[in-house]
Amino acid sequence: MSLLTVSGSPHVHGDQSLKKIMWGVVLAMIPAMLVSFWYFGLPAIIITLTAVISCLIFEYLIQKYLLKEKTSITDGSAVITGVLLAFNVPSSLPLWQMVIGALVAIGIAKMSYGGLGKNPFNPALVGRVFLLISFPVDMTLWPLPKPIWSLVDAVTGPTSLGILKEGIGKGDTISQLASELPSLQNLFIGGVGGSLGEVSAAAIILGGLYMIFKKIISWHIPVSFIATVAIFTGIMWQVNPEHYINPMFHLLAGGLILGAIFMATDMVTSPMTYKGMILYGIGCGVLTVLIRLWGSYPEGVSFAILIMNAVVPLINKGFKPKRFGEVVK
Amino acid sequence: MNQVLIYSIISISSIGALAAVILYFVAQKFKVFEDPKIDEVADKLPGANCGGCGFAGCRNFAEAIVKAGNMDKLNCPVGGNALIKEISPILGIEAIEREAQIAVVRCNGSKIKAPKKVEYDGAATCTFSHNLFAGESGCPFGCLGLGDCVVSCKFDAIYIDDNTGLPVVSNEKCVACGACVKACPRSIIELRNKGKKDRRIFVSCINQEKGAPAKKNCDVACIGCGKCVKACDYEAIILKNNLAYIDYEKCKLCRKCVEECPTGAIIELNFPPRKEKSIKTETVNSEL
Amino acid sequence: MKTFKIGGIHPEENKLASSKAIEMLEIPQKVCIPVTQHLGTPSTLVVEKGAFVKVGQLIAKSDAFICANVHSSVSGKVSKIETVTDTSGYKKTSVIIDVEGDEWESSIDRSSVVKKEIILSKEEIVAKIKDMGIVGLGGATFPTHVKLMVPQGKKAEVLIINGVECEPYLTSDHRVMLEKGAEMLVGITILMKGLGVEKAMIGIENNKSDAIQYLQSIASDFKGIEVHALKVKYPQGAEKQLIKALINREVPAGKLPIEVGCVVSNAGTAFAVYEAIQKNKPLFERVVTITGKSVKNPSNFMVRIGTSVNELIEKAGGLPEDTGKIISGGPMMGKALNSLETPVVKGTSGILIMTKKESKRVEIQNCIRCGKCITVCPMGLEPYLLAQVAENTNYEAAEKERIMDCIECGSCHYKCPSGRPLLDYLRIGKNKVGQNIRNRANN
Repeated sequence: MSLLTVSGSPHVHGDQSLKKIMWGVVLAMIPAMLVSFWYFGLPAIIITLTAVISCLIFEYLIQKYLLKEKTSITDGSAVITGVLLAFNVPSSLPLWQMVIGALVAIGIAKMSYGGLGKNPFNPALVGRVFLLISFPVDMTLWPLPKPIWSLVDAVTGPTSLGILKEGIGKGDTISQLASELPSLQNLFIGGVGGSLGEVSAAAIILGGLYMIFKKIISWHIPVSFIATVAIFTGIMWQVNPEHYINPMFHLLAGGLILGAIFMATDMVTSPMTYKGMILYGIGCGVLTVLIRLWGSYPEGVSFAILIMNAVVPLINKGFKPKRFGEVVK
Repeated sequence: MNQVLIYSIISISSIGALAAVILYFVAQKFKVFEDPKIDEVADKLPGANCGGCGFAGCRNFAEAIVKAGNMDKLNCPVGGNALIKEISPILGIEAIEREAQIAVVRCNGSKIKAPKKVEYDGAATCTFSHNLFAGESGCPFGCLGLGDCVVSCKFDAIYIDDNTGLPVVSNEKCVACGACVKACPRSIIELRNKGKKDRRIFVSCINQEKGAPAKKNCDVACIGCGKCVKACDYEAIILKNNLAYIDYEKCKLCRKCVEECPTGAIIELNFPPRKEKSIKTETVNSEL
Repeated sequence: MKTFKIGGIHPEENKLASSKAIEMLEIPQKVCIPVTQHLGTPSTLVVEKGAFVKVGQLIAKSDAFICANVHSSVSGKVSKIETVTDTSGYKKTSVIIDVEGDEWESSIDRSSVVKKEIILSKEEIVAKIKDMGIVGLGGATFPTHVKLMVPQGKKAEVLIINGVECEPYLTSDHRVMLEKGAEMLVGITILMKGLGVEKAMIGIENNKSDAIQYLQSIASDFKGIEVHALKVKYPQGAEKQLIKALINREVPAGKLPIEVGCVVSNAGTAFAVYEAIQKNKPLFERVVTITGKSVKNPSNFMVRIGTSVNELIEKAGGLPEDTGKIISGGPMMGKALNSLETPVVKGTSGILIMTKKESKRVEIQNCIRCGKCITVCPMGLEPYLLAQVAENTNYEAAEKERIMDCIECGSCHYKCPSGRPLLDYLRIGKNKVGQNIRNRANN
């Protein structure tokens, strides 16, 4: 018989592992990915593959040659970053820009802090915001979705939030803009201009429900985030329905659902206690609405999440779980 | 446009000037008197803040030595005698010469001499492993080899030898700050006099068990037989709790005890090889 | 169904031996009885080498308050008194007895009749429990008589009996409750009298429905004893969690259960108390579960204290080929054994054998701040943070974050997806912070 092992208790381990969580997230993103392939066709597939592969390659190269540590590209975290990055860009984005986005996401936002688990900001969002600021034209030219079999070249146009922002800016009222805006039904099911992951709220919610069921994420962040946006925009809508559009439109248009379910819930960059998670969700929601209604960008989800990412350490410090047997003063 | 420029230059400069005046008076008002000697001494100190002197940092040591005005209990092991000589004129006191010291690992239960009986799997720290169990070799006194001492060393002077699994102290780099002595949960590491030409003799074992159980776990354990005590002409060896200890102040480095030890628990370092007769002790790596 | 509120996990139950009746293990050739088998002041020897001892004869005692006597578990000659490795591999003074026959002290009543009538007074009960060397058999081995002596100014209202056995694999308490239920209830009545309370509550997890039903059916004969089914959740057997689950009171941090009017005792202990008081039988044997997925016959044995673990394993079908780890206790809080020669002591509730594959810890990866450790911590702590500050030797921060509240249940490590040895670091932290607190108290 060989040697006995001695170690401290516990001697059994639960069935959750890093790989299971990460690949679970990837699995949850597949419906939204397929919908984007359906509407945007081959360019969407190419851009997604580019993003994922370049993220993997950068992570591998940096770990192997710069950090000189064991490479961990099989854990799936780089795949998530890649897919999320692709979700956040229009399918017409030049591929070299996509590669730069991946380099920023993996190299600067993740590895420069020490790799998985150490980054304060969501890597995919940093990559996206970097691209948005560096290549504003390419990043805001949205190809309108067309069936995958269509042979005509894609037509580009603004997103629904873009139309709204521009129209309101010019002084139009909501009812004047109504004809240009897509219907709520289309926003929910898909087929509206926007970045890859934003086309179908339904597919994303499906993925979100899977993750909640698998206990990869908890409901606190998405629900508090989305509810805050709904309540805030609802109040503004009540105040002036001609200037502020109804809350359902705000919920379904743009990247809110995508951000609330896949990006704000990133474990590494979100708070660790339930109380903290709810506060974080509310903060994300308020900032999103502020940017959408009064900011200069039509969409504010990614900025809102990044700003709240910066507050997470503070939230973790301030919101402790309820201690057992704590003496209430 | 020009006017705006001039106004801003004037207003900002005047704010600056006003702030400078206020700061000057505040600094005068709240000035704390500090002995200038402290700064002088602190400048001479190595600045590693290793804590070897017993204070949190070099500056605290400087404050303490200036305040005390003597060096009876104060010493900077890193700077050694040279440093003490340098700072003694500042303090106006006579330097005390101290023997240079070095950290010594008093366990030789290597992977070969004290083979593993169980396997440890857990946090790689000696502190936890020590609290958990007796150790892979079964010796409750021996080195656990997980390197708490290596982590504690600020001078990169200690490393774990892969072949033996034991820590090795570098002759050149060790400054005898004592951090590893405190870090070792089993108190295996001791500060001993460095000795002439780095020659040292010590009992490389702290096992206080009786001979048989000690020997069961480790071939090179001190079994407390007392042969070395009889062999020593200088009464430098004490036998207590089944363990021999060589007083480095009294030891004359004659090497008689090394020859006498039946288990090879007494180690000699950096001696030239013996000329005649059989050599019981194996040659030891000069860096050990 | 009742349970505690904060945290908790659901490890695989694997109660392999739950349907196996308790068997008497043959008396071994030789036993090795450690002189100190409890939490508290060490005991001193009262026998000498070469002496002949009977079963139940006192071999070590102490007059200290928190202390327990030790009795011989066999009859025979004391052949050696030497230091022997204990569960942790460290040496402890032990008495080694060569067995000759099976001669019991004449005062011990060996009949199996259930004796219900309690003649002794409150003080006599406490004194006798101390004499008989009864300690908590759940694993912590805290002397039982100390629990019965309520400190000045405090009042005990309810006695809580822990029949939870939340550790996976272990079944010894389950079998005691099922087979010795009536005796156990008498034991509880004795403890109630010793403590001066009118009410006792037995908490049993719902996976032992046969024991719950049986005890409920006979509990009506005993005044003031209630049997409660609890939802299965680890670590419900921890004192504070059990009190929370049963009567919804929270023991304040750093305080004992008596603070909220409770005294907690284990089901097996109640049986031992019955035997000690009604049958004059000191604590020298206990039920030990021997189990594991690779074990041929997982069983529950009545074992004499001092029997080596080796004998148990032989009786259960021998040591499996690919054994990687042998654990004294359950898989969540048990101790890994260094050698098979280790004797069974009063605190050994089970011997668990794990295969090589099972005993291998998962690879350690970076913390991804998922917060699962916080979610499962039954004490509402932040294990990731405590482990981090302990690793960085920032013990002041660890103390401020209430590291001393940790009950070492291991839920955090169990749940960590990155396989981080959180509890290992928490233990280092607790150790150091404990030292700091003691140092402060002494100065």
